[in-house]
Amino acid sequence: MSDHEPPLAILAELSHRCPLRCPYCSNPVALERSDGEMDLDTWTGILDQAAKLGVLQVHFSGGEPTVRRDLEALVQHATDLGLYSNLITSAVLLDRARLERLKAAGLKHVQISFQAVESALADRIGGYPGGHERKLAVARYVRDLRMALTVNAVINRHNVARVDAMIELAVELGAQRIEIAHVQYYGWALKNRAALMPTRAETDIAIGKVEAAAARLRGRLAIDHVVPDYYALRPKACMNGWGRRFLNITPSGRVLPCHAAETIPGLQFQSVKELPLAEIWHQGPAFQQFRGTAWMKAPCRDCERKEIDWGGCRCQALAITGDAAEADPACELSPYHGRLVEMATTEAAAKAPEFVYRQFANAQVPAE
Amino acid sequence: MTDAVVIDETSTPRLADHVTMRFDEHRERWVILAPERVLILDEISVEILKRCDGKTVAQVIDDLAAAFEAPRADIARDVMAMLQGLADKGTIAA
Repeated sequence: MSDHEPPLAILAELSHRCPLRCPYCSNPVALERSDGEMDLDTWTGILDQAAKLGVLQVHFSGGEPTVRRDLEALVQHATDLGLYSNLITSAVLLDRARLERLKAAGLKHVQISFQAVESALADRIGGYPGGHERKLAVARYVRDLRMALTVNAVINRHNVARVDAMIELAVELGAQRIEIAHVQYYGWALKNRAALMPTRAETDIAIGKVEAAAARLRGRLAIDHVVPDYYALRPKACMNGWGRRFLNITPSGRVLPCHAAETIPGLQFQSVKELPLAEIWHQGPAFQQFRGTAWMKAPCRDCERKEIDWGGCRCQALAITGDAAEADPACELSPYHGRLVEMATTEAAAKAPEFVYRQFANAQVPAE
Repeated sequence: MTDAVVIDETSTPRLADHVTMRFDEHRERWVILAPERVLILDEISVEILKRCDGKTVAQVIDDLAAAFEAPRADIARDVMAMLQGLADKGTIAA
């Protein structure tokens, strides 16, 4: 038996189908098709294995998890196993009756994405007319039903100036929590980077507003702030370290150390349809590849923060440097940091190009 | 929108509706499960939270001071800091 700890949480991507088309979606550009989605029995078997492995929380996500009519049964199964369910949703397919059924199945927390504060901009970013108003209605149902609400706000050049209004929206909706997440450039977001990147000045103003709000609203609204990588000095501890706390299961059953890991060439991923989840977690080659610190090169290898930030993000290292074992270039100690900042600065200064919307028609066909 | 929870000795703290606390047999520790958060509790926190069953903070402190034969002021400081920390995260209501 290996000496690393069991995972705390799994992200269950139930489907890559989604009515929204956000250009910063973190799903892979090669979306998985609905005919490959696992059925209810396979998913409940995965939850059984996850609970046995030591998992405590499930994030039901996608794509849009509510496209699955068996979501209630999955939440009920998670509840029966003592797992805490989080529903990560666009909310546009939900109504009050379905939320009541989900609550009866044990759901206690719903995270709803908001693309902006103003309907017109929000619906343009999400690529779904009428979506924003629907989200507001569903958010109110969530609170009426006394479930916890998280507002998820992905910050980009189009909404960065209104970050304070986004926080006020969360307060007004009675949310317990808001995630202010500056765009992370993987998947569709990397493809749309120039269309999304704010300037450093805009970003600094937004960060100041968020920090002031966090102090002012302490005890009333929890603010989780995902800071912008491209203007950072040190990288985020991506996934709290590769293969340390978290695993991701795709709609077809591939088990990943993070949702973007399939962008890294040469990693060998395994399927929960073929191997036990515990074996994949403990011995799977993709998990072992960047677990711990043995894989690190300079400057990470010699860094006193190597067990704090775990080298940052492997997918970002790959995307910018071409080598997933490099330090995350978000770190100013990376020799590629200057290049990263220059990309951001140049793109943010130019006029925003049109979005490439996240949809199957724009998806890359996998090479295999 | 509710006001921030301020814990004092007259408060009657309880876990928020959307939070659960249970024993994790895998880690052999009590845990709090909250929105996208897992708190793995130390023994002192467990002793405090197990007593938050409708008692006031003052009663919890008295109970702990008796059970552990410790100075009340020391216990009070630890209990208030721990409960206020959880209240600030929205984990407990009062």
